[in-house]
Amino acid sequence: MKAFKNTFKEFSRYPSAILGMVIIVILLIVSVYALVTLPYHKAITLWRAGEGIWYQNPRFAAPAWINYFRKDKLPETIDLSTLNGTAPKTFVAGENMDQTVITFTFDYPYADYPQDIAIYFTAKYAGKQPYASISLLTPDSRKVRIADFSVEETETYYVSQDTKLQRRLAGLQPQQGIFVADPKAGLTPPVNGTYQLVIDGLTFEKESSLDAEMVLYGKVHGIAGTDHLRRDLKIALLWGTPVALAFGLLAALGTTLTTMIISAFGVWYGGWVDGIIQRVTEVNVTLPFLSILIMIGTFYSRSLVTILGATVLLSIFGYSIKTYRSVFLQVKESPYIEAARAYGAAGNRIIFSYLVPRIIPLLIPALVIAIPGYVFLEASLAVLGLGDPVLPTWGKLINDAQQNGALYKGYYYWVLEPAILLMVSGLAFALLGFSLDRIFNPRLRGI
Amino acid sequence: MSEATVPFDANINATIKRKATVNTITRVVRYTAVRVVVLFLTVVAAVYLTILIANMGGYVDKIQRGQIQETVSMQIALNPAYKSLAAEERQKLMAEQIAIQEKRLGLDQPFMVRSFRFLKDALTLNLGRALQMASDSGSKMVRNIILERLPATLLLLGTAQILVFIFAVLIALSLSRKYGSFFDKLCIALAPLNSAPAWFYGIFLILIFAALLHWLPFGGLVDAPPPESKLLYTLSLLKHMVLPVGGWLFATIFISSYNWRTFFLIYSSEDYVDMAKAKGLTSRNIERQYILKPTLPTIITNFALLVIGAWTGAPILETVFNWPGLGRATYVAIGLYDTPVIVGTTVVFAYLLVITVFLLDIIYALVDPRVKIGGEGRPS
Repeated sequence: MKAFKNTFKEFSRYPSAILGMVIIVILLIVSVYALVTLPYHKAITLWRAGEGIWYQNPRFAAPAWINYFRKDKLPETIDLSTLNGTAPKTFVAGENMDQTVITFTFDYPYADYPQDIAIYFTAKYAGKQPYASISLLTPDSRKVRIADFSVEETETYYVSQDTKLQRRLAGLQPQQGIFVADPKAGLTPPVNGTYQLVIDGLTFEKESSLDAEMVLYGKVHGIAGTDHLRRDLKIALLWGTPVALAFGLLAALGTTLTTMIISAFGVWYGGWVDGIIQRVTEVNVTLPFLSILIMIGTFYSRSLVTILGATVLLSIFGYSIKTYRSVFLQVKESPYIEAARAYGAAGNRIIFSYLVPRIIPLLIPALVIAIPGYVFLEASLAVLGLGDPVLPTWGKLINDAQQNGALYKGYYYWVLEPAILLMVSGLAFALLGFSLDRIFNPRLRGI
Repeated sequence: MSEATVPFDANINATIKRKATVNTITRVVRYTAVRVVVLFLTVVAAVYLTILIANMGGYVDKIQRGQIQETVSMQIALNPAYKSLAAEERQKLMAEQIAIQEKRLGLDQPFMVRSFRFLKDALTLNLGRALQMASDSGSKMVRNIILERLPATLLLLGTAQILVFIFAVLIALSLSRKYGSFFDKLCIALAPLNSAPAWFYGIFLILIFAALLHWLPFGGLVDAPPPESKLLYTLSLLKHMVLPVGGWLFATIFISSYNWRTFFLIYSSEDYVDMAKAKGLTSRNIERQYILKPTLPTIITNFALLVIGAWTGAPILETVFNWPGLGRATYVAIGLYDTPVIVGTTVVFAYLLVITVFLLDIIYALVDPRVKIGGEGRPS
């Protein structure tokens, strides 16, 4: 207990150790939060779901909080629907046709144009399709005719793809042109104020009905933004945390412990056991580690568990075996080991009860310092396209971003978010490990 | 001492010197020979492991079968004597030929026997044909594809490693001189940053210098189209190398400087350094003869580990920077599922690693007196 207290006292003298610890605790909390709010299966279904689930999100949208740092606010997504009551629908019965008027009223205070406006129709009819004419009432009280057409059971209308509308708007991109005061004057900033998108629907049968949902795709979305498949990056960022931590911790723990035990066995039994361990290590450190992992990833399985296993197997006979060996060789000669031998302790007992505990001060910092390497290894493999096939991870986000030219096209948030998370978690373990190294190995403190 | 006054003495001295040189040479040669044997065994082990992994899924067999199929069908299609044969008969002939070839190559033998032949093939870089990829000159031979990309990789990583070594030694020396200064503390504080790999900083460098500032290109080897004149070509190449090499430097320099500075500090607290100071030697002399010299073997061992890590990091750095080297070829091969190329690059990387280790071993032998003078460490 006293030793523990002393260590803690020592520990509190290193601000970097405390910083590292705090970050690690935060990451752990985030992991627990991710696992609780987004169970494994839910996360995977969401991440692998297509446009069906994510159709309400814009593509390539930056996180919404960047608006706090901008003078010209970027539009957020506006989603209004008659199906959930966020948009009013009035029904006027007529003689041989009924009229349905749907009004989407929305405020547009932004300095940029939306990405697109989509209207998702749901119509019920037996034989004759309902007819819809769409128009936009602007804040400066103009009425822009948008489109008229018959509606099928489920129909989606994208403003951006309407070439007729584009011609009427003097060749401007329709989703931009309808927000401009005078399309003939070119692309001037959007008119701000309250807009009304009106759908004037005609239904020709008694049972027939018409509903619609308007999604105005903004350029910012949520806390983390979206990717090329409209997915919310928040899911991958959240889920990447436990994955990265688990991979780093398990790999570091697996390799460091086994390496140490093997090294202890080699030193204790000496002779050919030691010789074999030394030779295997020499061969193993010159193996092309990543290439072999790539082969395993391509030929067998990209699942995180396989890669973890292969990583541990290939890292056991690492260079640190030699470091441990030199320490064990010294410890082996200590009087207390001789005493143990004198009372007749068996080899295994000496190794596990006397040799291994002696090296724990050396082991703990080494273990913590090893973690970032493995966290980044997982990301590296993902960047090479060998990420886990189902799990969303930070590395896979970077890979997606790279493949979609995120840096080239200016979607910086897409790369920066996972990269900064990787950096912060790697740094936290490195800071902690470096300080632990100094606490446990006082010889280093002088230098 | 002049020859005229003490000719006898000078003669003896020369003999001793010559003897010592001969001794040193034999020691270095013996050391080198032992290393060659050990490293050759390492390559054999690495390549054999590669074959074992690749063949657990039967991929090496597939590579060989594919090659036989292609050569046989080409032979039959090109031979005018078979032109008149019916399609069915030609098929039969082809099947026969393939069976013969498979037997000739021993594909009907058990795997253990075959694996050793695969080993020989791989060691002689007889790596078969790619499924989809081709070299720029149009060859489908894996060896050609790999050899064509090798110079780019060597250029990039070689430059990066040499710069890291030079900078780290210089920084470490100057830090150890001003131990405890602001820069010393800064270097210690920045060392944890180097837990991230080079490609990671590469992304940040691309973001800053290519995307935001437009100073340097996003990636690639040279401008497109490549400049005509040699001078412009070199300049363009250098321009494209700045960011990847920079990423590499940033990802290794702090931890190396920190480690090496610690080595320097350990050696500069030795008694013989104090003795040298007491004798009144210049600090420059002390640094060179009394600190740098004994520290070099330790530094080179440390550097060797760094270089080994470099070969591991290469594929990803090249992928991020679109650098047309071996690593990028690996990445493309993964995307195309081109198994012969993946196996081939693994074999070549094994060779590269071992060659690097061998070169560093020789340098080690040249700087470490224990090798030069003898294992006992007793100066003659």
